Amino acid sequence: MWKNLLDWIEYRIPMMRVANMHALQYPAPKNMNFWYVFGFIATVVLVNQIVTGIWLTMNYVPSAEGAFASVEYIMRDVDYGWILRYMHSTGASAFFVVVYLHMFRGMMYGSYQKPRELLWLFGMFIYLALMAEAFMGYLLPWGQMSYWGAQVIISLFGAIPVIGDDLTLWIRGDYVISGATLNRFFALHVIALPLVIVILVFLHIVALHEVGSNNPQGINIKHPKGSLKEEEKTKYQIHEYYTDKYDIIDDVVPFFPHIVLKDLVAFTVFCAACAYVIFFNPEMGGLFIEPPNFEPANPLKTPEHIAPVWYFTPFYAILRAVPDKLLGVIAMFGAIAMLAALPWVDRCKVRSIKYRSGLHKLNLTVFAIVFVLLGWLGLKPATPTFTLMSQISTLLYFGFFGFLWLYSKNEKTKPLPARISK
Amino acid sequence: MSNAPVDNGRRRFLTVATSVVGGVGAVGAAVPFIASWNPSAKAKAAGAPVEVNVSKLQPGQMLRVEWRGKPVWVVKRTDEMLAQLAKHEGQLRDAASENEQQPQYATNQHRSIKPEYFVAVGICTHLGCSPQYLADSFSAQVEGVPSGFFCPCHGSKFDMAGRVFQSVPAPLNLVIPPHKYLDENTILVGDDSGAA
Repeated sequence: MWKNLLDWIEYRIPMMRVANMHALQYPAPKNMNFWYVFGFIATVVLVNQIVTGIWLTMNYVPSAEGAFASVEYIMRDVDYGWILRYMHSTGASAFFVVVYLHMFRGMMYGSYQKPRELLWLFGMFIYLALMAEAFMGYLLPWGQMSYWGAQVIISLFGAIPVIGDDLTLWIRGDYVISGATLNRFFALHVIALPLVIVILVFLHIVALHEVGSNNPQGINIKHPKGSLKEEEKTKYQIHEYYTDKYDIIDDVVPFFPHIVLKDLVAFTVFCAACAYVIFFNPEMGGLFIEPPNFEPANPLKTPEHIAPVWYFTPFYAILRAVPDKLLGVIAMFGAIAMLAALPWVDRCKVRSIKYRSGLHKLNLTVFAIVFVLLGWLGLKPATPTFTLMSQISTLLYFGFFGFLWLYSKNEKTKPLPARISK
Repeated sequence: MSNAPVDNGRRRFLTVATSVVGGVGAVGAAVPFIASWNPSAKAKAAGAPVEVNVSKLQPGQMLRVEWRGKPVWVVKRTDEMLAQLAKHEGQLRDAASENEQQPQYATNQHRSIKPEYFVAVGICTHLGCSPQYLADSFSAQVEGVPSGFFCPCHGSKFDMAGRVFQSVPAPLNLVIPPHKYLDENTILVGDDSGAA
């Protein structure tokens, strides 16, 4: 009976074939470590954002007159409204924590290198769409920081020569940020960008499963057809989509259940951390929800100190470090573009940091420290000392890519093992 | 079914012609979607000029009014403030107001129609914050200049004519909105038709 039903479905839509190909019989390297859980967690956070977001729209009023009050209404009067909102606001910050760790994993193990360039680019597009999504979402509570943060970011487009002023007018739909801006940001935040992100995530996973998952050793698990002896091939049943084209070495496990169970362990730890924030520290000391946002937007009063939410601050620090508006904007977007260009900046053929030179280890360590430092500086007021520190950090940020391009061509690497492990 | 040989030239022409016509249609269809983002008629109407009565303004005081949702400052400058304008011109980016941040009639040292009244859009030319008016504590920002405007967001500094100091993020002087005097004590912000 059950079997007949499954066969009936399978004849009409490839349900089991897709499940086998992408989970039950997908070859995952067996040495995937803790750094490999963030893709899975990011997907779960995306689902959380979509579900809590849908529920929030049920009580949110997208208008300049009603937005702030409706958020307070959700917090105070709607049953469990506060938990839905804090799940959404904490989820936004958690999304970026996870995405930054996910990207850093890619940088450590060279996951952007050939043949994963397009996979990396889809990831960068997800990151860009996510930043736009977060920025527009932050306007919706219509608090002081929502308003003035948006004012600062939209003004960035005014730096573009000739069309700048008309472009900012067109984005705002008014001479200032107003209800018109709020409503279009709402439409983009709840419909347009989530659609884009879901499509990009789909493409990201399709591209991943086509080229295969990288691993901490950075060596291939897929070998040319006929190059492996029978006893070297994996004993697990791997989907013929992969085995028809390649010999799969005996260093893989099926993604489900082996990797998924490991991801679920990490997921419970992640949930515990999020629960702490949601229940005990939802504003995270002003990092996740900034204090001025508890005051309604007031176009005639600028807050003492405008800082974007923490996940934008590394790039914000770069923007402020450059004493020229247009060049500052170019530097800020350039900082993101350099990340996207990583597959072509890094000319080394060895992927994992384990087998790369000491120089590369140092360069990547400095980069990670500088990124965190820039994030901290972006939260601080623009005093001369902090500005100088931002300028030095900005040089080091771009220096990472410059040095990498120079030394990676003829880098002294360690010999790669033939197998992940015996 | 006809078995006539394929005319590749004809096929290519039809493909290109259909694509071009379809492309033009797509561009046309995009117009309403893009144009609907422009300010609506209501938003444009709300951007009408504003009258300011300055009869009660004391020297050194600032009046804030809202025009097109932006803060517009009207400051009655003291004689000391006006005298100071000539003294720090070496520290300014654009002392002579060469960039078109003001109407023709405000392109002078005091950047206004009447020297004592300074009318400006109170929005920093860096990223749109509203600077603070420091009537007598500005020397902490620029030594020897007692009064000016300081932007708390990114530290941009402007003198009492809204001229930007060097080595700050803001690239340009503050914007002077179009304005005119209806009579001795009334300024109309947002409209300068008929003014010199």
